[in-house]
Amino acid sequence: MITRQRLAAGVCALLAALATGLAVPSGAAADETADQDAPKVDLVLDVSGSMRAKDIDGGSRMAAAKQAFNEVLDATPEEVRLGIRTLGADYPGDNRKEGCKDTAQLYPVGPLDRTEAKTAVATLSPTGWTPIGPALLKAADDLDGGNGSKRIVLISDGEDTCAPLDPCEVAREIAAKGIGLTIDTLGLVPDVKLNRQLSCIAEATGGTYTSVEHRDQLTDKVNQLVDRAADPVVTPVAVEGASVCSSAPALKSGLFTDREEFAKHRYYKVDVPPGKELRASVSVSADRAVGPDYGVSLRALTTHGREIVRGEATGTGRTDVLSTGLRYPKAESEDDEETPETVCLEVANSFSPASGVKTTPGLPLELTVDVVDGADGAGDVAAFGLGRGWWLLGALVLVGFLAGLLWGWVSRWRVAVWRSN
Amino acid sequence: MRGVRVVRGVGAVRLLAAAGLLLGAAVAPAAADSPSPDASSSSSSDKDGAPTTAGTSFRTATEIEQGEKATASGSTGDYLYWSFPADLGQRPTVKATVKLPESAKRGTAQTWRVDVYDGLRRRQACQYGAQTRTIAPEASSADLTCVLRTVRGWAEPWADDPLPGTYYVRLTAVSVGSADLGLPASAEVEADSKDIGGSAAVDGSLGKPLIPGIAVTSEAEEEKDSAVLSSFDPNDGWSSGWWTDRWIWTAVGGVLAALAGIGGYALTRGGGRPRGIPPRG
Repeated sequence: MITRQRLAAGVCALLAALATGLAVPSGAAADETADQDAPKVDLVLDVSGSMRAKDIDGGSRMAAAKQAFNEVLDATPEEVRLGIRTLGADYPGDNRKEGCKDTAQLYPVGPLDRTEAKTAVATLSPTGWTPIGPALLKAADDLDGGNGSKRIVLISDGEDTCAPLDPCEVAREIAAKGIGLTIDTLGLVPDVKLNRQLSCIAEATGGTYTSVEHRDQLTDKVNQLVDRAADPVVTPVAVEGASVCSSAPALKSGLFTDREEFAKHRYYKVDVPPGKELRASVSVSADRAVGPDYGVSLRALTTHGREIVRGEATGTGRTDVLSTGLRYPKAESEDDEETPETVCLEVANSFSPASGVKTTPGLPLELTVDVVDGADGAGDVAAFGLGRGWWLLGALVLVGFLAGLLWGWVSRWRVAVWRSN
Repeated sequence: MRGVRVVRGVGAVRLLAAAGLLLGAAVAPAAADSPSPDASSSSSSDKDGAPTTAGTSFRTATEIEQGEKATASGSTGDYLYWSFPADLGQRPTVKATVKLPESAKRGTAQTWRVDVYDGLRRRQACQYGAQTRTIAPEASSADLTCVLRTVRGWAEPWADDPLPGTYYVRLTAVSVGSADLGLPASAEVEADSKDIGGSAAVDGSLGKPLIPGIAVTSEAEEEKDSAVLSSFDPNDGWSSGWWTDRWIWTAVGGVLAALAGIGGYALTRGGGRPRGIPPRG
């Protein structure tokens, strides 16, 4: 009996070792470093005549902005390349054409010299028009180059006065050409029209809009935005999907971005080796006013067009993105064949543009692709086919009891038969 | 003879119990530590280490641990994102509180909603809890809750059952008047979970938890500075899926069945020797 106990204990220890062994992480692989450039931030300040108004904590809007800038310049993290651009700072006249060109780089985007930047800010005085659109275009040029995150912080107290160039569309175009550029907006006046315009600009690029009423609120918010720029973020790789699978770009694991027009679809290809699992998720951003109900679908198809699996999402109301995803574990092949299967990913959307909204460029699309180790499929509903609960115990006890009885009777009968012979 | 048999039965019970305990002790720690996110920079967390910011997209979502109360200040109309890890057998509950100061300035009612997405960015259904609430102009806060389904170890690719991995929380105003856009709003978010245990233990397991970007991060050497989609450790802290209390139930069931068998057998023997058999010797 003692030997048996030892044996059983040994078996238990073995099982335990096995279980812990399986829980222990397997070593990481090759070293490969993704170098990222320093994050860049361009602060775009409205220096139009209306900034003279004294309605922020008793001081003028300009004074509040200057104070906020001073504090922000002090708190800017070392790694951030900060620049300052003004709009409406130089041309005081009435010529609309001239006024709408009035934007200048006050401090170039680069390593920050705090004293120099502060001196530059101190010279500002409220002057001209509010050419938001042109200023944004120029700010995007200021930030051009490098693969770090890029952020524009626009501080304004009035609507753009330079129609027909809609700053909202400008923002969308900037987002369409520059990867990872975000525009955050701050409004200094609680005004419905300004709210609408600045939040439209922010939403076009995935940024935020804040309506500021107090001086410290302005400082906090700008600081928060600059800090946010300093946080490392994965920069997606731009790809261009095709309208048919055969000519689609082949993707590996990673994060990708593309543009997809309203109610159109895009194809991408991914190679999935046997025994691996494809994981794909897609987010389509509503970067402009869209119809109230919308949907997104992601389908995995074979090269012959047979659907393997799909992910669908629908939504209604205000949203930034609509996303869905799918998993496709490719079964281990029987005959040791290592040929990967080409899976076509079809991304479709059913967003509809709100009336009067431009449909180009397409909606921003973000695609995450991961090809990882495959899953162990289930042979049973329950874990390892094990049972659980009182019904199981009852059934086992009953069966055991009946078996015992039967065994007993049979052996008695056999003994009786043996005896009688 | 009979006495020995009974002792053996008791021994078997002890052995099985010991086996269960051993197995439990070996595997339970792996299930117990939940994977923790990398420490975030000091500027974005308070003195308890809880994050005080929120991300603005899936890519920039702020990582929180379960049981941690994250706070964030933002503006009405912002899309606030957090992410947390959830392992198999857990039934996560996401609680969010929205606070709107200076209620007098708001003109219209706002509706806020909390959405939870899994690591594949699929929306996860809430079993119960108020996922959406409307805040009247004179009210200043609202509590939102979402109780997810139990996270399973494995699901068919065609199902959207919750699986171990990263979960995203998105908090936003889904209906808001343009006059109220940009007004300050603050939020608190907490993700917690209830351990459901063996009743939710399914067969099969994922090769890797559903952490976005996992294929890229496991290839590259772990480097603190390089940006990742989700920094929850893909290797460490996740349940191996081997341990479930079904082992105990099944083992105890087997033991009880054996005992019942012995009992049944003993019954057929009666009190002493069978009738009609003359005493030995």
